[in-house]
Amino acid sequence: MSALAGKELRIVGFLCNWCSYGGADTAGVGRFSQPTDLRIIRVPCSGRINPLFVAKTLLSGADGVLVSGCHPRDCHYAEGNFYARRRLEVFKRLLPTMGIDPDRFEYTWVSASEGQRWQKVVTTFTEQIHKLGPAPRFGLAHEQNPATAAAC
Amino acid sequence: MKIGVFICHCGSNIGGTVDAAKVAEAARAFPDVVFTSDTMYACSEPGQDGIIQAIKDNQLDGVVVSSCTPRMHEPTFRRTVERAGLNRFMFEMANIREHVSWIGKDKEANTNKAIELTGIAVEKLRQDQPLFAKQFDINKRVMVIGGGVAGIQAALDCADGDREVVLVERESTIGGKMAKLDKTFPTVDCSSCILGPKMVDVAQHSKIKLYAMSEVEEISGYVGNFEVKIKRKAPYVNWELCTGCGLCMEKCPSKKSKDRFNEQVGTTTAINIPFPQAIPKKAVIDPKFCIKLTKGKCGICAKVCPTKAIVFDQQEEIVSESVGAIVAATGYDLFDISKYGEYGGGRLPDVITGMQYERLLSASGPTGGHVKRPSDGKEPKTIVFVQCVGSRDKSVDRPYCSGFCCMYTAKQAILTKDHIPDSTSYVFYMDIRAPGKMYDEFTRRAMEEYGTQYVRGRVSMIYPKGDKLLVRGADTLMGTQVEVEADLVVLAAGAEASVGAPQLAEKLRISYDKYGFFMESHPKLRPVETNTAGVYLAGACQGPKDIPASVAQGSAAAAKVLALFAKDKLENDPMISFVDIKRCVGCGKCVQVCPFGAIKEVDFRGEPKAEVIETVCQGCGLCTATCPQGAIQLSHFTDNQILAEVNALCQL
Repeated sequence: MSALAGKELRIVGFLCNWCSYGGADTAGVGRFSQPTDLRIIRVPCSGRINPLFVAKTLLSGADGVLVSGCHPRDCHYAEGNFYARRRLEVFKRLLPTMGIDPDRFEYTWVSASEGQRWQKVVTTFTEQIHKLGPAPRFGLAHEQNPATAAAC
Repeated sequence: MKIGVFICHCGSNIGGTVDAAKVAEAARAFPDVVFTSDTMYACSEPGQDGIIQAIKDNQLDGVVVSSCTPRMHEPTFRRTVERAGLNRFMFEMANIREHVSWIGKDKEANTNKAIELTGIAVEKLRQDQPLFAKQFDINKRVMVIGGGVAGIQAALDCADGDREVVLVERESTIGGKMAKLDKTFPTVDCSSCILGPKMVDVAQHSKIKLYAMSEVEEISGYVGNFEVKIKRKAPYVNWELCTGCGLCMEKCPSKKSKDRFNEQVGTTTAINIPFPQAIPKKAVIDPKFCIKLTKGKCGICAKVCPTKAIVFDQQEEIVSESVGAIVAATGYDLFDISKYGEYGGGRLPDVITGMQYERLLSASGPTGGHVKRPSDGKEPKTIVFVQCVGSRDKSVDRPYCSGFCCMYTAKQAILTKDHIPDSTSYVFYMDIRAPGKMYDEFTRRAMEEYGTQYVRGRVSMIYPKGDKLLVRGADTLMGTQVEVEADLVVLAAGAEASVGAPQLAEKLRISYDKYGFFMESHPKLRPVETNTAGVYLAGACQGPKDIPASVAQGSAAAAKVLALFAKDKLENDPMISFVDIKRCVGCGKCVQVCPFGAIKEVDFRGEPKAEVIETVCQGCGLCTATCPQGAIQLSHFTDNQILAEVNALCQL
């Protein structure tokens, strides 16, 4: 596990370049202290995010995924975040059927000026993930016991 | 592939809470990385030279720089790697300043996070491909939205640069807030004398097309090729025939229309020209008060109009304009003083805003320049000015300083003494903020030369006492309670975003802050640009500004537009979508979702396929996430690239 063992959990953030990534920058410029667990992946628009990215991330062992884009009606690309909202809302409801706690995934809207809001979003989400603890590992038994894996 | 990784200390900005040397050392272990180093300032000239040297010495194919946000220096480093002969897209940046060193003090955690962020940048870079820009034509007309002093300046400068300008103003005349001012600080110039000629220039300039009483309805397109729909509201007067003679105003029997130009101090006729210097000088009917439009009777204006310009059944119309750049200069509005119930604004007739007082001082105002109380028309002898009404006050959600209120209050105190020599003025203030050229000297003059009584403290309550107003407040320097019996109270209302500014921002696809002011690209280094290419800002729409700052920004926006128009062709951003024609099944879903109409369906050997119009695509990737086949991919943000980052983060 690459995150600091015992101290951090693995949280992946997908942020749109124009609003939320800028909001995270604003939070940095304002020196708003935040938990260190979150790693941010920059994408052009929240509409670029295929829900399967989130699924893949969670199935690959992330403990939490946060998606953040521009506020609805304030999208740099006019309507990308509307598509994102619809896809991600449906996806969140689908998570339990995949055996994943839907609380491990959130999507939110933060504008480039909302440094303080970003601080709050990160802190709250990180706390939420810490409360849930590390995600159960898929196929861990196999990895622990190569002999069994080979037998399969 | 050979990758070089450079970790920036950014002085102590990163170096203070991240062990940059350790990050550089750890980066050596990443796949394909053949060179790493840590450097004090990667963006400085020696820093960039070091990167170029390393690329040449090690024959690097790609570079990762871990430093500040890519929103700051990605273009800088892209140029750097290009100078060393690499394609500019063979570069990735990890943000270890804004997202790491500045938000936490735990050095171990920060260093670990910086290593991981560098790692995902390396993984992304391993998937990167060289990309090349395409060129497209540019429409060299500019639209300026808002005809205040900032918009006027931007329009005139662009027009003087020999570019066609479309100026859109929602009121029936240009001039904005400045046209309503009597005098301007700190020179005590007559406002309309300095603005008037500029307004006339706008009207007479052959390159400027003015749409007054118009609003932007819809904006589509992209830098170099915007398509704007403008709604022209109905003034019920054919402006091509109207000569602005004012005969209709003389005869109109309905005299209850709100006088918007005079800040609703008094009323005006239902058909009116806002003020004598209006541009365009055309009559407008207020449909709420016109007897003909409300009751079907009257029609006197139509009878007296010598050019037969009155059209009672005029409808609004939509016109389209094609432009290559847009300057937003929509200005500000004044804070609604009635939100301070304890001051009685809007309830007590003699409690007025600074702008209303400005109209009382103005020779072209409703009182002909004689200061008279609204309640009984008497000349006030004791006047109290209250500052910071709707600024620097969290309780009304206006925590910011409006910047110019200290100055206009000082100006009004000085003018009051000029108008009524035996008057006494009191100013209740929190701090005096007068940082401009000659500003502090000006406020000192108000105190020392004109005898204005400055009281440091807030007013708690204003209530009527006989025909006077009792102003109760604190003098925090003396530590005492103060009571002043005033004839007139002038509230220095702060500035807030113009009505409808967020809606316009959404049409322009630019960001706005939580107060509705438009956001610039970078608060210090790109103050007139927005994050949407081809859209620029001028004046108080970006935040409260006084006249010199607005004019300066108007000119700056014009300079940006002219620089853009100096090119005959623009290069598109090559981070756009492309179609794998073998995978495309021609379902057309991408065509439906594209907000820019950048994808068209084409016939390929008898089968429908998607095709990206490369100069129109803006690179949002909406189509990529939509395509059920994964046939359309966004260059530089392909599924594989994003998943490579995910894998790097989640690897066990």
